[in-house]
Amino acid sequence: MSEIFSPISVPAAKPAQAASEGAATRGVLIGISVTFLALFLVLPLFAVFTQAFSKGIGAFLDAFREPDAWSAIRLTLTVAVIAVPFNVVFGLAASWAIAKFEFPGKALLITLIDLPFSVSPVVSGMIYVLLFGSQGLFGSWLIDHGIQILFALPGIVLATVFVTFPFVARELIPLMQEQGTAEEEAALTLGASGLHVFRTVTLPNIRWGLLYSVLLCNARAMGEFGAVSVVSGHIRGLTNTIPLHVEILYNEYNFVASFAVASLLAVLALITLVLKSFLEWRFAGELAHGRAH
Amino acid sequence: MNSRTAGHTDSPLDRPSTTIRVESVSKTFDTAAVLHDLSLDVRAGELIGLLGPSGSGKTTLLRIIAGLDAPDRGRILFGDDDATGLAVQERAVGFVFQHYALFKHMSVADNIAYGLNARRRADRPAKAEIKRRVGDLLDLIRLSGFGDRYPSQLSGGQRQRVALARALAVEPRVLLLDEPFGALDAQVRKDLRRWLREIHDRTGQTTIFVTHDQDEALELSDRVAVLDRGRLEQVGTPDEVQEHPASATVMKFLGDSVEVEAIAEGGRVLVRGRETPVVAPAGIIGPVKLYVRPWQLQLAEAESAHLSGTVRSSYRTQGRQRIEVVDAEGRVLAVEDFDGVRHPAGHPVGLRINGGHVFG
Amino acid sequence: MVETPRPRRTFRRPSVIPGFGISFGYTLTCLGLIVLLPLAGLVVKASGLGLSGIWDVATDPRVASALRISFGVSAIAALVASTFGFLVAWVLTRYRFPGRKLVDAAVDLPFALPTAVAGIALASLYAPDGLVGAPLARLGIQVAYTPIGIFIAMVFIGLPFAVRTVQPLIAEIDKEIEEASATLGATRIATLTKVVLPPLIPAVLTGFALAFARGVGEYGSIIFIAGNLPYVSEIAPLLIVIKLSEFDYGGAAAIATIMLGISFLTLLAINLIQAWSRRRFGYV
Repeated sequence: MSEIFSPISVPAAKPAQAASEGAATRGVLIGISVTFLALFLVLPLFAVFTQAFSKGIGAFLDAFREPDAWSAIRLTLTVAVIAVPFNVVFGLAASWAIAKFEFPGKALLITLIDLPFSVSPVVSGMIYVLLFGSQGLFGSWLIDHGIQILFALPGIVLATVFVTFPFVARELIPLMQEQGTAEEEAALTLGASGLHVFRTVTLPNIRWGLLYSVLLCNARAMGEFGAVSVVSGHIRGLTNTIPLHVEILYNEYNFVASFAVASLLAVLALITLVLKSFLEWRFAGELAHGRAH
Repeated sequence: MNSRTAGHTDSPLDRPSTTIRVESVSKTFDTAAVLHDLSLDVRAGELIGLLGPSGSGKTTLLRIIAGLDAPDRGRILFGDDDATGLAVQERAVGFVFQHYALFKHMSVADNIAYGLNARRRADRPAKAEIKRRVGDLLDLIRLSGFGDRYPSQLSGGQRQRVALARALAVEPRVLLLDEPFGALDAQVRKDLRRWLREIHDRTGQTTIFVTHDQDEALELSDRVAVLDRGRLEQVGTPDEVQEHPASATVMKFLGDSVEVEAIAEGGRVLVRGRETPVVAPAGIIGPVKLYVRPWQLQLAEAESAHLSGTVRSSYRTQGRQRIEVVDAEGRVLAVEDFDGVRHPAGHPVGLRINGGHVFG
Repeated sequence: MVETPRPRRTFRRPSVIPGFGISFGYTLTCLGLIVLLPLAGLVVKASGLGLSGIWDVATDPRVASALRISFGVSAIAALVASTFGFLVAWVLTRYRFPGRKLVDAAVDLPFALPTAVAGIALASLYAPDGLVGAPLARLGIQVAYTPIGIFIAMVFIGLPFAVRTVQPLIAEIDKEIEEASATLGATRIATLTKVVLPPLIPAVLTGFALAFARGVGEYGSIIFIAGNLPYVSEIAPLLIVIKLSEFDYGGAAAIATIMLGISFLTLLAINLIQAWSRRRFGYV
């Protein structure tokens, strides 16, 4: 009997670790992760700014005394001002139709809207070359009628719209699905017209998700390189967007100017990240769940 | 729409009430029929409860009356007006949703004022008038001073009351409530029931509410409409449906009952050859099922008993004594008796039937 | 006599919510004009070449080499990205440490930073005289203008996919399951390998496939660091650009078709993984 009750020597228990790793392991894993991210993600960002200012602030500012730089900035803003609102309207229409109604083929429709995300940027530009290029499907017709799409603003806008096409829709569809139709129905029973309901009930409910998607859509629209590169024709001062201007300067070994202009886009990326993180932190409940682009 | 024209300065509480007529309404979702050729007349100023188990079609019927769903066939009339073709906005119904559907991003006051603000400028009351009306309604729902709060800052019961005030603000011709107390806990439910009844008594608004809770329907309604699988089983006052259920379905849905094999002959109902006080409907002869409520069963000596078995358990609840008796086939018969005697488990007992219903 | 009501056959389930026609019509119109019609143009062009035409392009030594580099390097990069991505996701969801939110936000940097900017930054860092390239060069490792440079750029752009696909699932793991395993006597390593990791495998595979597909199609962040030497560090997307600039639309369409075909197979694989995962674990 006595053996049963005799105290068994138990190694000092560490209950906090029962379902986690030890402090040392944790430290090592955190260290590896942070180092890896710093080396692979943060260092390039850091490099953009050090290179931009490597010859001093004067050399940095010289990059913006170039008229070509300003025409690139103007073109990028013009493209974004057209492409982003277009995708907002499309995203609102698509999410309204898909989230508020039941119809067959919905899953297929969502897949088709997502399609541009899985197409290489270069191919995204190329498909418009195949349509509107001089050897393209509508090429000779366009030449006969003196319409310029490729190597001009329309082509750049089209390619940008294509690569940013899913951004707004794929954020708003799950968000609206989650919210259902009860509030809209309530507003209708109170006598409100369809547009009034959309403006006063639906829109306020999705405003943060909409802002979130506009941020991401805008960042991509202003920064798109591959697709735009294919359709732009690289005409200095005319069809060069900021990323294309960065490329040209870099290929001319004008590194300081190239990084100086690139730093504009890097700042845009940082602002986008900060606002995005703020929205995710502050309005987590009002954004769609499960985000992996 | 008379009730919607501008310039109402009277209280939102006195508005004309209207009859509602549901005429042979059928509705199918995908391929499942939800309502079968259903007709129902609701009287002006009446508070009527649509009672039925889940899937009985009661919410669909309410949504069809509101104009939120369209019937496949049949008509909806408000008074003498055919409302079937009217859009939901034109029907002037007040609809209270099961989960309230309050506008999350608007204050309580803005929620209540929503329907008034949504009107075209010509029909919209002045700002001060809207404010006054919202104030009156906040008083009515006993939430004065809560106008600036947001729905997320309210309790379930408070949200429910705001949803009702929002529906009343547009001076609807009829008030429709979908499971109005479904999401609330027991005590709040009871308070709100009494309060809804009071408001109805003051406004005299034709009101239809949907519930799956028999007690709620019986306590609150002027009349109860019992639905089952898309058909109207019975309409009547709470007393009528309880004392004279029209079908076994109604009988079973309104409370516990025991099914007993019986023989009907010449209007009499016999169980094991012994006569019961139950009267069989005319023309019913032969083997029938007799439905008996627990309080229609009484412990009795073997010589006057219709049924027999052994006591399984016996307990008291709220001044009543409930005894569960197991008969020879293993069925559990619930008995409510008041003899105040304890009945030990395993004790053999006889049961006398004092009432019940036989359906054709 | 009650007739059974006939179900109303309509395209969509009837609803009082207005605006279906206009929003649905607008959606289809935009989708058709912006996405489907141009992609159909590619299909038309490619089918004009026929299978043998596409095969001729694919077996051209320069094209074959570019395809091999794009797919081969992308597979290795996706492997590295999903391994480290898993570690990062685990650390970010499981451990609390100062600056965690900042690190979490930094993961999305490759989503936000334009690819051309990332491209020139990586090129300058890994150039033989660059901040990272110089010490590596002293060790005899040349990164820029070799497939290793392509690999670095592909890891950069693939990493967020790898992290963000597993992160929500790690967050959802029920702590009690691990505790149950521990109370049943399992060591921490056994708990991880037998209880925690198996349900995460589909998400890791999905992250791998997404990073892989992205790497194959990537252009901007690669071309600067790659140096683009034919047969050594030339990627398939660049070859498309070159063919287009030579007005060889057929050749470009052929390469694009091969890339799309393999991307499509990757997407199919993702869907199969997810379908299997739904059956096996009840979630994606």
